[in-house]
Amino acid sequence: MDFQLSEDQKALQAGIRSFCESRMPKGKLAEIEHKNGFDAGLWAELAEMDVFGLRLPESDGGVGLGNADAVIVFAELGRRLLAGPLVWTHLAAGLIKGAASGEVVVGGLDLMGPESGPLLVEHLDQLDALLILRPQGVYRVDPRSLSGRPIAAPLDPFTPLHHVEGLPEGELVLGPAEAERLRLEGAALVSGQLLGIAESTLELAAAYAKERHQFGRAIGSFQAIKHMLADMFVRQEVARAAVYAAGATLDDPGVGDVVRAVSTAKIMAGEGAMKNARSCIQIHGGMGFTWEIPAHFYMKRTWVLESVFGTIEEHADRCAELVERSL
Amino acid sequence: MDLRYSESDEKFRTELHAWLEAAVPAHGKPPAGNDWHERRDYDTAWQRKLYDAGYAGINWPKEYGGRDASLTEQLVYYEEIARSGAPYIGVNFVGMLHGGPTLMTEGTVEQKARHLPYILKGEQVWCQGFSEPGAGSDLASISTRAERDGDHYLVTGSKIWCSFAQLADYGELLVRTDPLVPKHKGISWLILPMDAPGIEIRPLRTLAGEGEFSEVFLDHVPVPVENRVGKENDGWRVTNVTLRFERGTAFASEMVQLQQFVAELVALAKKVTRYDARAWDDVALRRALGHVAAELDALWAMVKLSVCESTKTGVPGLGGSAIKLYYTELYQRVSELGMRVLGRANLSREDVAGLPNEMVLGKELNSISLAIAAGTSQIQRNIIAERILGMPKEPR
Ligand SMILES: Cc1cc2nc3c(=O)[nH]c(=O)nc-3n(C[C@H](O)[C@H](O)[C@H](O)COP(=O)(O)OP(=O)(O)OC[C@H]3O[C@@H](n4cnc5c(N)ncnc54)[C@H](O)[C@@H]3O)c2cc1C
Repeated sequence: MDFQLSEDQKALQAGIRSFCESRMPKGKLAEIEHKNGFDAGLWAELAEMDVFGLRLPESDGGVGLGNADAVIVFAELGRRLLAGPLVWTHLAAGLIKGAASGEVVVGGLDLMGPESGPLLVEHLDQLDALLILRPQGVYRVDPRSLSGRPIAAPLDPFTPLHHVEGLPEGELVLGPAEAERLRLEGAALVSGQLLGIAESTLELAAAYAKERHQFGRAIGSFQAIKHMLADMFVRQEVARAAVYAAGATLDDPGVGDVVRAVSTAKIMAGEGAMKNARSCIQIHGGMGFTWEIPAHFYMKRTWVLESVFGTIEEHADRCAELVERSL
Repeated sequence: MDLRYSESDEKFRTELHAWLEAAVPAHGKPPAGNDWHERRDYDTAWQRKLYDAGYAGINWPKEYGGRDASLTEQLVYYEEIARSGAPYIGVNFVGMLHGGPTLMTEGTVEQKARHLPYILKGEQVWCQGFSEPGAGSDLASISTRAERDGDHYLVTGSKIWCSFAQLADYGELLVRTDPLVPKHKGISWLILPMDAPGIEIRPLRTLAGEGEFSEVFLDHVPVPVENRVGKENDGWRVTNVTLRFERGTAFASEMVQLQQFVAELVALAKKVTRYDARAWDDVALRRALGHVAAELDALWAMVKLSVCESTKTGVPGLGGSAIKLYYTELYQRVSELGMRVLGRANLSREDVAGLPNEMVLGKELNSISLAIAAGTSQIQRNIIAERILGMPKEPR
């Protein structure tokens, strides 16, 4: 066992981090918001960085890495709030031709959870293909065949939504076991993004706490602020451990219960992101409530990510079931 | 990023498991109640058995008689100890987990020889005399004085909340050797023989009703100068070494044990009723139990990550503060959940009607001390914010 990042993983992390930092500098968010949450040029570059083909075998033109590597990459994407159907296109690599190379943009709908609310499809206008996860299997649908009404005011400005009435059955491309597997992998990748959010909101808040002065001193010298920051740090570290463990367990199911590891990651990263995003806003005071400070974008994206591949409640219920089964 | 135990780790697990399977039941139940001398005998006899079987000092270097196990074998050890229901480290806590390790990094050759082998065999029990009535969180403000008198110090002052003082052979003692310099600069770290003249010990009753800790009064107690660990007035640095060991992976087995406790709570929830149904049928309760089970898994992953990141013989890192803080608060949530599953039966500390009251209430009462002992949760937050996140320092 060596649970630390390997040298290769550190290099992978550093590479994608510097890429994201250069492509998503301050101010870039406003530009992407203008483009309705999708930047085709950036998408092509992400494909070139192998974000989508990362886990595809080398023989199929991919990089042949595992889930443990993928969660590291997705944490970096989450950290900079990269937009678009990143996880779905990554999951579709090898399943839908052109996904790995970025030429075909793949979105998806997860219908395996307990909820049956209105059907809200993300990024519909950009999609070339749509995957649907159902308990019966994975289905492929032509997004152009869907009739839907665009939601004028999506919560996350970078995640445009369509309210779709009725879904065609679509073409069955994978069976139920694979659907279950894709949902677990999706949950792990999204947990990676949530971890990135927990990290970057702490980073933003800590920087502001050192720089903002009130009562003649840095607000970071007040204990009420310090202790919020300390709790943010703890949540970040717990989430990190859980997300890495989920990646490693997916790659090597011999080391633990895959479902339990993934549920744990989705819970811990989801809570870490949500609570850290809220604390980040609070630490920014009135500025935190402005559109200009990006803290709110993190909170809004967290709601998007929380809603897919199982909510905190659903995963907690699963964990309870697994403990019961282990008795 | 690899979580797989190696073949040799698994071999170690199999051997340890087999040994524990026989040794644990043979050691019997811990003595009930408040007889601390009986508890000393019970805990030290277990330590001796570990020693004879080659499992004492799992992370101690070979040169001090330890097993010098690899980091992953240590994790296996914590897991197996917890799963087997082996006796708690108990009165050996201070010596094995931070007193001994402090001597290894800071002590002289003679000090190591005089103490380490005996701690390891369960022949020396240690206590910690750091806190004073006027110096708890602000530990550096201790006022117990040590005045040099030839080859001895004469120590006068008082210590409080000193766990196992009434049965210990030696104590980690913090004293002021120079009252004229700033408070962090005039402290020394001494080995206090608990049978020295001038020591008076008065047990204090904990909220659990037990005499686990005591007040210790020192009146011109002679302590040989050769018992000083580190240089004179350099004791604050040594203290920080001790505290890092204390906040490091000292609670690892208890974390694994809590996972089992959650499983026991699930079993209990299936037995007790609410609204004419099993408590387990209450979605909110079931979800809360699933949630803490996930959190405990995440905590254990966090320990693995931290163990893999720490260097083998080094002093545990500051990340220990994050682990201690999270563990403490999670432990409290889990034990409160236990109280709620038990329902009104929780008014009894002894088992009633076949319910595991003693275990549940033991956890609940013990959980409260975790947020106070070894640095309160507020102090851990200060440490994380200042030393890890770089916030401006508190007044000191
Ligand atoms: C079960 C148990 C066993 C113990 N065993 C030992 C032992 O063997 N040896 C030993 O030496 N000591 C021992 N202690 C003592 C323990 O280390 C102290 O109780 C602890 O350090 C807190 O000090 P205090 O009790 O003086 O509380 P105080 O320092 O008076 O704190 C009171 C409250 O104020 C808060 N506070 C204090 N300073 C700050 C600050 N700067 N910022 C924010 N909040 C602050 C604290 O968090 C706490 O909530 C033990 C305690 C317990 C409960």
